[in-house]
Amino acid sequence: MSITAIHKHNVIDMHDMQQLVPKLARVKSCFSDGPDVSTIEVEMADGAPVDYAPGQFNMLTVFGVGEAAISISGAPDGSRLIHTIRDVGAVSQALMRLKPGDQLGLRGPFGVGWPVRAAQSKDVLIVAGGLGLAPLRSVLYHILAHRVQFGVVTLLYGARRPADILYQSEIANWRESCEINVVMTVDHADVEWPGRVGVVTQLIDQAEFQSQNTLAMICGPEVMMRFVASALVDREIDAENIFLSMERNMKCAIGHCGHCQFGPNFLCRDGPVLSYKKLRPLLKVKEL
Amino acid sequence: MTVINVLALDDLQILLENLQEDGYALIAPQLQDGVIIYDQVEGLEALPRGVNDIQTPGGYQTHKTKEPSLFHYVVGPHSWKKFLHLPKLQLWQAKKFSDEICIASSEPASFKAAFIGVRAGEVKAIALQDKVLINSGVVDEAYKIRRDKAFILAVDCARAGGSCFCVSMQSGPSVEGNYDLALTEILTPNHIFLVRSNSEVGEKILKKTPHRPATAEEIRIGQEIVARTAANMGRAMPDTNIANLLSQNLQHPHWDAIASRCLSCANCTMVCPTCFCTTVEDVSDLKMEEFSRERRWDSCFNLDFSYLHGGAARSSVAARYRQWMTHKLSSWVDQFGSSGCVGCGRCITWCPVGIDLTQETQAIYDDQLG
Repeated sequence: MSITAIHKHNVIDMHDMQQLVPKLARVKSCFSDGPDVSTIEVEMADGAPVDYAPGQFNMLTVFGVGEAAISISGAPDGSRLIHTIRDVGAVSQALMRLKPGDQLGLRGPFGVGWPVRAAQSKDVLIVAGGLGLAPLRSVLYHILAHRVQFGVVTLLYGARRPADILYQSEIANWRESCEINVVMTVDHADVEWPGRVGVVTQLIDQAEFQSQNTLAMICGPEVMMRFVASALVDREIDAENIFLSMERNMKCAIGHCGHCQFGPNFLCRDGPVLSYKKLRPLLKVKEL
Repeated sequence: MTVINVLALDDLQILLENLQEDGYALIAPQLQDGVIIYDQVEGLEALPRGVNDIQTPGGYQTHKTKEPSLFHYVVGPHSWKKFLHLPKLQLWQAKKFSDEICIASSEPASFKAAFIGVRAGEVKAIALQDKVLINSGVVDEAYKIRRDKAFILAVDCARAGGSCFCVSMQSGPSVEGNYDLALTEILTPNHIFLVRSNSEVGEKILKKTPHRPATAEEIRIGQEIVARTAANMGRAMPDTNIANLLSQNLQHPHWDAIASRCLSCANCTMVCPTCFCTTVEDVSDLKMEEFSRERRWDSCFNLDFSYLHGGAARSSVAARYRQWMTHKLSSWVDQFGSSGCVGCGRCITWCPVGIDLTQETQAIYDDQLG
């Protein structure tokens, strides 16, 4: 189709290649979530709702800049499209500069998310490192909305500095509600920090859960996830009940471009959430 | 039982004309700058005659022979992939109208082509790409629209190249699988082509073309030619479960030994008929009013391929070579149910430093035995 043939509200036949074509979306609101982090809420330009499962991701396009895979950070009602973005490259920087009303492209949602069904009637241990809390927030909202279906729910969250802690008002609400146990730690404290200092792995020893009836969900830097998963196995959680959200370069999000391969897995399609049982042998290999 | 017929040289020309009459563009081997490449031709006269090639790790040379052969060279750097899974493809365009951006998908261009002289390994390579791009979830329409219309006129290899190992990959030298017509070129006593049909379209084209049933002697000569090719393979993959061998040796020191030679130039991935990886690039005009996204072939040897914030996941050449070879020979089996290698040997011939994946696999295999 030539550029001159593009008209407003063009109706296009839906076929598989459409999954590679972004749909128009708009920024509804945005706010700063730390020194180099922003959270933006987007909505489809045509007002269509987007169903997603906790742990899935969208491909966001800034026109003229490029596209990046951004996990869906979830929302209390489970339908709003909220994305938390850190300034790490050209596209994420351009996404952070968007203002309410600005247009962007959206493809998705893609991928296999957190095993919320398998977690039912179990204790749930959620371990987040840094921005890793973003894709886990959607599962936290899901749990809070269906709280009776789950046992003891614990969030262990580690951030670099107190200022880097995401979603501070929500975390305060979660703590107050007593529906989930929240334990936080920072690598580098400031004088006002009243909590723990150190890596998130150190919180695992004291976390309360029944090992044989616990499902763990981990997201953070790969090295952190490796240590956390290993510590959880030491506390006798089965590797098949430990889930990690993996990150690799993603271009197409439909398992065709080859970029996100991690061993035999296309992380965009088979993941990003995979069990530690599957990942353990692969995580041991450097630069896989 | 397959019916085998005979086409004389002139009949082959008529067959090509019949394909053109049915609206097919002819894509065939040509000799360009001393190299066999695939491009559009107008008729049989454009095909190279009496051309053979010598292929070694990192070496390729064609030479003229006195024979009237049309297909006695082996495969060159091109593969049919460039006509099916396009090297460059625009995915969509967008334009800003006052305050609203409109996005439209770029319709994949239709292309009805007959591929002339497709080798056994290439027929298998097309089947492997069909599996990836059509039959494993999401359908790549741009590939499918071309694939559905493609006519495959295959040819059994009458010579084995120095880099070939299709026998050990069970993909040649005799054409099997999804093709329309397959030829066996016989030079003596007469220059004829045995032809077998494998599809309705193939049958239809053959019916319109003068042909006669093959004699038992001609069939025997044809079988002998293919058997001789099979016996003269330049090399072979070790006879073991390669997928397991490699997945169990991801940390083998031999990857570093390969990396000390590999230039990470990506030639092997560009000439490979099954490599399917792509990347995308967004472009816009200076006024930021018109935008488009272009997809193009990518290679796991590029540093950017595995780029994540903070750097490449596979920064060492060893990791990148391991990704390519283990994907091709091992994780492809997990992903798509078969090896991703057809044994055409292009990656060996076109590697500037002559890295031979059969030898590298053998080295890891031998170390297990030792």
